[in-house]
Amino acid sequence: MSLAACFHCDLPVAEAGRWRAPVLGEAREFCCAGCAAVASTIVAGGFEAYYATRSGPAAAPGAFPAPAVYDDSQAQEQFAVTSGPNERTATLILDHIRCAACLWLNERALRRLPGVSRADINYATQRATVSWDPARIRLSAIIEAIRAIGYDAFPYDPQSQARFNQAARRKALWRLFVAGFGAMQVMMYAFPAYVDGGAGTLSPEAESLMRWASLLITAPVIVFSCGPFFSGAWRELKRMRPGMDTPIALGIGAGFAASAWATVTGAGAVYFDSIAMLAFLLLGARYLEFAARQRAALFVDRLSRWSAFTAFRFENNSFKQVQAHELVKGDEVLVPAGERIPADGVVERGSSSVDESLLTGEPLPLVKEPGSALAAGTLNLEQPLVMRVLRAGLQTRAAEIARLVERAAASRPRLVAAADRIAQPFTWLVLAVAAVAGLSSGDGWIAIAVLVATCPCALALAAPVALTRAAGALLARGVVLTRASALETLAAVTDVVFDKTGTLTEAKFRIARVTLLGRAGENECRALAGELESSSRHPLARAFEGAGAAVVQDARNVPGLGIEGHGGDRRVRIGTEAFCRELAAAPLPAQMIYPGLTPVYLADERGWLAAFQLEDALREQAAGALARLRHVGLAIHLLSGDHPEAVAAVADRLGIGPRTGGATPPDKLAYVERLQREGRVVAMVGDGLNDTPVLARANVSFAMGSGADAAQSRADFILLGSSLDEIPGTFELARHAMRVVRQNFAWALAYNAAALPLAAMGWIGPLEAAVGMAASSFIVLLNALRAGGAASAKESWKASPSLSPSPSPQYS
Amino acid sequence: MESLTLLIPLSVAAVFLIGWVFWRALQGGQFDDLDRPGVQVLSEDE
Repeated sequence: MSLAACFHCDLPVAEAGRWRAPVLGEAREFCCAGCAAVASTIVAGGFEAYYATRSGPAAAPGAFPAPAVYDDSQAQEQFAVTSGPNERTATLILDHIRCAACLWLNERALRRLPGVSRADINYATQRATVSWDPARIRLSAIIEAIRAIGYDAFPYDPQSQARFNQAARRKALWRLFVAGFGAMQVMMYAFPAYVDGGAGTLSPEAESLMRWASLLITAPVIVFSCGPFFSGAWRELKRMRPGMDTPIALGIGAGFAASAWATVTGAGAVYFDSIAMLAFLLLGARYLEFAARQRAALFVDRLSRWSAFTAFRFENNSFKQVQAHELVKGDEVLVPAGERIPADGVVERGSSSVDESLLTGEPLPLVKEPGSALAAGTLNLEQPLVMRVLRAGLQTRAAEIARLVERAAASRPRLVAAADRIAQPFTWLVLAVAAVAGLSSGDGWIAIAVLVATCPCALALAAPVALTRAAGALLARGVVLTRASALETLAAVTDVVFDKTGTLTEAKFRIARVTLLGRAGENECRALAGELESSSRHPLARAFEGAGAAVVQDARNVPGLGIEGHGGDRRVRIGTEAFCRELAAAPLPAQMIYPGLTPVYLADERGWLAAFQLEDALREQAAGALARLRHVGLAIHLLSGDHPEAVAAVADRLGIGPRTGGATPPDKLAYVERLQREGRVVAMVGDGLNDTPVLARANVSFAMGSGADAAQSRADFILLGSSLDEIPGTFELARHAMRVVRQNFAWALAYNAAALPLAAMGWIGPLEAAVGMAASSFIVLLNALRAGGAASAKESWKASPSLSPSPSPQYS
Repeated sequence: MESLTLLIPLSVAAVFLIGWVFWRALQGGQFDDLDRPGVQVLSEDE
């Protein structure tokens, strides 16, 4: 008889009918009182819709102790801030989140609590920002409410995260040391037996003594250092999905047990030296992998450190020291020389140079003067600056980027999933061959040799380390990877489609020529245009800044066409020819086409007023970057919403063949889709927000941009600096990384295929098996560390100077 | 050969002693940052 599944968590129901509750109009079976209580709470709270929309079963609820320590005001100093009169705010990490419906459920449950004024859950990071009134509700009650519906939450504290990382690092290093030092010493004891080779010059007492010494020193290596292998193997066995830990744990465990037995009985072979060395080399490989991951995490850590900054805010005619997260838009803040900038904003007074290498990878300081943009987390080098805050706290670009990087780190690349799929049946094969070889030959050491020699460790390490390394190298160049699989796709790209404005050009338009078409004078036309465009965020609009003042009311943006408003007693439009012709009700008096210039027209109800010709400068590196892309065999396309003549002029100057101008967003989408139907793999380079749909449609996408727009664009790669050179650089790095991954797979498969029959035939002893296996893992790992390519030199050079000035005072 | 009966236990004791010393150094933060001290000697501040 098959058991019914629990309606809440999908585990089997052992006692049908014992726990029941009505959900969605039917009586449902639950596996335990906890699940039934959770479901009743959810239904009673009016959140039944959760069960209708969820995409997977929920976690079984855990224990419900009230964490009263979270209410302690001293403890709350660590993770909560006072965000207003009678309001505190904290970030909570949510656990057991499975799908979007879970997030919805939690958000609703939190918002319904009396005394909770705000609850927002970030879908990417699974962190909830909760504000509550301490007089009306305790934080522990909030956490209990989350536990009551089957999830868990605990306060997020970046410093405890740092402490946790440090402890993990120390523990890994300690494991490595115990194994390495133990292995060296055990080899010393094994050496006389090898030299003697059975000649009898070694007395039996001395040999026995050395075996006992070896046993004593190998024991901590097995029990302590190899702990992760055993716990990993246990996890794998519980799920019946053996991975790379199972054969290793079996091989090491059985080898140690057999050697210990031989020592105690005084008969048979011992292989303490092989076991200890194998443990050391495997732990060494893991430590390198761990270090590569922590290095990538370090970047995020530096970006999220904004919360630890202090700022000097202008209040009542003096600057008062406040925490960075207390800043809000519009605050005036003093940034002393040598301090980090606490929020995004613009310079109001003063001039200085700022080191933005943290965000852009650009090593040279940038000059900042009144009006220049400042980014949170960057370092003010020379003079004090007074800035106006535009975005603070979690809205800053640095925080946005940190979240994207975390999201990428949490996502699983396709290649890694594929490697796991191969490793799985292979492990079963290894286990089966080991059992057969051991039983048929009657020699347990053959089975152990098979387990050790052919464990698919190299296969499991082949891709993840290389990809982590490549992502880290990209970050150091100011390129953020937001989706782990994007590197693989990038290496397969055949066509690169560029947007023009803001991508190949600077998007800094200026008026090159004005043609008057009506009765109005040039100054009047400029003033009208300036006032109309002042409401727009389009890059073209900036050309008209400061053109003079005219009275325009009800300015209304018509996307893709232009802007309409009321100037005095008449309607006025600025924008494309067709848009203005509609209002002017007359054909354009003269065709005005200038190569390379973008025309913008101005008209009112009585007729045409003026034609402005705007000029945009090409980015300096455009030609060089495109040449490098062509050099690696990529086809380049230019696809722009700009005027076809202007697009053609840019395409001609850069030698781009396929070009399309005047493309609306649907046109762009269709263009990319057509390429994809032809079997091309398309990379799209755009400027962020304006191109979001087409960036999403392309196989892989780049967003250029210095603004927060780029970070919100959902592109796979975000270029934080404004250098186009990083695009071919990213392509080269992706291809290099994929080459390394392929080499690793080839090596791992070839080694395992060769070692399996040799070990099964008994031609490889445990010693050779351990050497071969460890060497194979190391070759794969060292090759993977190459995936950072030439960038790694730059990375290590950069890491030290930008790190050294700040961390100590905040973390002591 | 008699010397071995003394020296081998002694070497085992030495292994555990050195292990303990390393553990103390590790917990004291000796190995937490392996990059900065190397660069620090080049800076003129200290």
